[in-house]
Amino acid sequence: MMHGVAQALPRDPLLKVENLVVEYAVGAKTIHAVSDVSLEIARGETLGLVGESGCGKSTLGRAILQLRPADSGRVVFDGCELTALRGEALRKMRRRIQLIFQDPIASLNPRRQIGDIVAEPLAIAGHRDDKKRQALVEEMLGAVGLDPAIVTGRLPHEFSGGQCQRISIARALVLNPEFIVCDEPVSALDVSIRAQILNLLEEMKARFGLTLLFIAHDLAVVKAVSDRVAVMYLGRFCEVGPSEQLFANPAHPYTALLIEAIPVPDPDVRPAERVRVGEPPSPIAPPSGCRFRTRCVRADKRCSEEVPELREIAPNRHVACHHPLM
Amino acid sequence: MATLELRIREDVTVRSRRLGLLFWLAIGWIILIFAVAILADVLPFPSPTDMDMLEKRAPFSTEHWLGTDGLGRDELARLVFGARSSLLVGLCAPVIGVVIGGALGMLAGYFRGRFEALLVGSADVLLAFPPLILALAITAYLGQSILNLTLILGVLGVPAFMRVARAATLALSRREFVIAAQALGATHARILLRELLPNVVLPLTAFFLVGVAITVVAEGALSFLGLGVPPPTPSWGSMIGEGRESLDIAPRLAFLPAITMFLSVLSFNLVGDTLRALTDPRQGAL
Amino acid sequence: MTAPVLLSVEDVAVDLPTPRGNLRAVDHVDLEVAAGRTLGIVGESGCGKTMLSRAILQLLPKRAKLAGRVLFDGQDLLRLGSSALRKLRARSLAVVFQDPMTSLNPVLTIGTQLIETLMEHLVIDLAAARARSIALLAEVGIPAPEQRLMQYPHELSGGMRQRVAIAIALSCEPKLLIADEPTTALDVTIQAQILDLLAREQRRRHMAMILITHDLGIVAGRTDEVAVMYAGRVVERAPTQALFKSMRMPYTQALLAAIPKLDAPPHAPLPAISGRPPDPTRPLEGCSFSPRCRYAAARCQREKPVLREAEEAEHHYACFNPLKITAGLSA
Repeated sequence: MMHGVAQALPRDPLLKVENLVVEYAVGAKTIHAVSDVSLEIARGETLGLVGESGCGKSTLGRAILQLRPADSGRVVFDGCELTALRGEALRKMRRRIQLIFQDPIASLNPRRQIGDIVAEPLAIAGHRDDKKRQALVEEMLGAVGLDPAIVTGRLPHEFSGGQCQRISIARALVLNPEFIVCDEPVSALDVSIRAQILNLLEEMKARFGLTLLFIAHDLAVVKAVSDRVAVMYLGRFCEVGPSEQLFANPAHPYTALLIEAIPVPDPDVRPAERVRVGEPPSPIAPPSGCRFRTRCVRADKRCSEEVPELREIAPNRHVACHHPLM
Repeated sequence: MATLELRIREDVTVRSRRLGLLFWLAIGWIILIFAVAILADVLPFPSPTDMDMLEKRAPFSTEHWLGTDGLGRDELARLVFGARSSLLVGLCAPVIGVVIGGALGMLAGYFRGRFEALLVGSADVLLAFPPLILALAITAYLGQSILNLTLILGVLGVPAFMRVARAATLALSRREFVIAAQALGATHARILLRELLPNVVLPLTAFFLVGVAITVVAEGALSFLGLGVPPPTPSWGSMIGEGRESLDIAPRLAFLPAITMFLSVLSFNLVGDTLRALTDPRQGAL
Repeated sequence: MTAPVLLSVEDVAVDLPTPRGNLRAVDHVDLEVAAGRTLGIVGESGCGKTMLSRAILQLLPKRAKLAGRVLFDGQDLLRLGSSALRKLRARSLAVVFQDPMTSLNPVLTIGTQLIETLMEHLVIDLAAARARSIALLAEVGIPAPEQRLMQYPHELSGGMRQRVAIAIALSCEPKLLIADEPTTALDVTIQAQILDLLAREQRRRHMAMILITHDLGIVAGRTDEVAVMYAGRVVERAPTQALFKSMRMPYTQALLAAIPKLDAPPHAPLPAISGRPPDPTRPLEGCSFSPRCRYAAARCQREKPVLREAEEAEHHYACFNPLKITAGLSA
């Protein structure tokens, strides 16, 4: 039993991350992208991961998928330790976990046809039967709302961002994976298309029984699709809890700050004109103790000396703060 | 950033439609010299090595369309067979360069680390050597022949192609579709061949054509100095060299091969440049 | 309207020739901005809002064809010569762009860029310009302004860079500031700070401002009037309160509904707008939104609706089937 792990259902977490650390060197300096993060995701759950740019959420997503080497820590998927796998064993495992990217057009090879792109996972996994591959590809494209007859022979640049993201989703689903990391999948899309893609993701999740890690910087988007949410700041988790409760009653000052900053489309809600404190510090030299203390009105001496651990303050609610809001 | 739905691309100008007259003339010339060089044996040209001592430096006539050179050999025939030598070397050497250099460059750009450092270092060393001097030294050691010449020029071209391939691969490896392939469990070989290669081929091809142009000139320079294609096989470079002696009496003997070489090199450059301009905006910035 | 009109955009149309045909980026737009007031222009990408701002600033690409009139402070900007136009810029008309990395010169220090702007447009010497630059940087909330003068854009964070861009824009006390998606590239907490800064400066200097964005949330609390654009046209224009409280355009309503709200329960399906915006090189005969509109009738597909005034003054919309007014927010 790990200390301070935001636990999912007691049995059967599909994914377990234990004390993951990812650092990388930029010249002579080190960027502490992910510092000692632990989490669990239950089967069929959507965990939302929210934070601003530079907080390490994308790095965490990639490290979980072993696309970026972790400096220490473990990632356990369905009982199998991913961090210990290499070569062919790791490649086989990859078929069960997939990734959807932020920039839909860049995630498709500009010189390959859509049909090829969506069939690629099948080819890699060794499906030899051409007819069956074709049928699967067409089924998937249909499932994401595209007409295979029109789409398969074309190149990515002929499609809009929203359509490319659908193709990306089709590619991610064609091998029937269990777990998908969605790395800011709608940030680069227009508002009206965003809603379409979010609905599509929910539909696919229900239809294929997926487990999702949904990474985004937009709180409302994250809340719309997540069961639980983890808030991240400068490489560490601030708080983790069920979506409704977390946004209704934030426990961590940073979460409260994020919520306040969201522009509300209601002219009666005047944006509060209080002085907002500073800029996020750099991940190269994060503040000692609690990393959020330089922007926190509640910070005191203890916050600069002691790193707050993620601990449970209410059933299923975990906060890493010496002076939480609840 | 909600900017992907409709892209009003201001840079896709009508520039790409300017496949103008110049481009087609260049294509036409290239086709002409290749056709003539390939069919040289079949076409009714007199032998380029038959010397007619009575007809030395003869002017244009119906028998010798472009006259004869200093040893009475038919100028037009020599130009045609010279095209053969120059184009053979000019084409085969860059092929060596693009295959070896392209492969090494892609591997260097993809795997990075010590391997890349080693390759880039070696390429730098090779590039720093004055190429013609190196070619001369090796020719002196191994002897003159078309094969040796092709090999030398081919190897000398490897670093340049390596750079182009490496730069393209470096830029592409960071793009999400490569990470997507890794996330799917593709092997390195598959990623290199199916994801990266189709994208790297374009800049390599454009550079290849420029490489042909450069090699033709390089071969010409070596043959001009008498150290390239060995006589009596004609080559544009050696023809210019021989024509040097007759510059006062019959300047055409130097100028005809020079003009032919100039037109050919210009054509390859034009086509290479146009290809590059055409393919760039389509795939966005590399 | 009691305040005098500062900027008047009259029947402006922008056409761009492309390999695929003529692209009508802006289709007969009329707008007005009064001195000291903020106009919000809302629309998704491709709706023409950026082209419109470029048309006002006379910064269109060379191939673009511009029709109509842009009256600023009584002068028709389209008739002005380039030197008169240059004088007008910075002193009267300033702009802040979306990406501060590309709008600031990466090889010049912050100080150079600020001082250059000041000395170009105001009659002051170097020492005075330097002092003013420091004061400006402090005003926009940049700590340690003297040190910043010597720094390069890449040494600053995105939020800081945008503050510098704002400082440069405000340096010559312009009468109108156009902010084109000034916070889209920034984090949400920094976004709030930058928007607060803009609002504060606008009030202090009694400056008119045009805030261009795709986010309805941003315009809700920070503008006096809002114009919603779709496919190159203004489809609804009203004072902010009126727009949100008594929306008439189905598009505006659909746009508002499609934004995920923080107080909505998770996993509720979002009311998405089906389909995609039209291809601007192939304009539709009727209303551009009709293929995606759930209230579309036969007339909507044949005829293009024109902007006309509703019963409430100053609320204009272009629709044959506007929404009925309901009490409270119709989202």
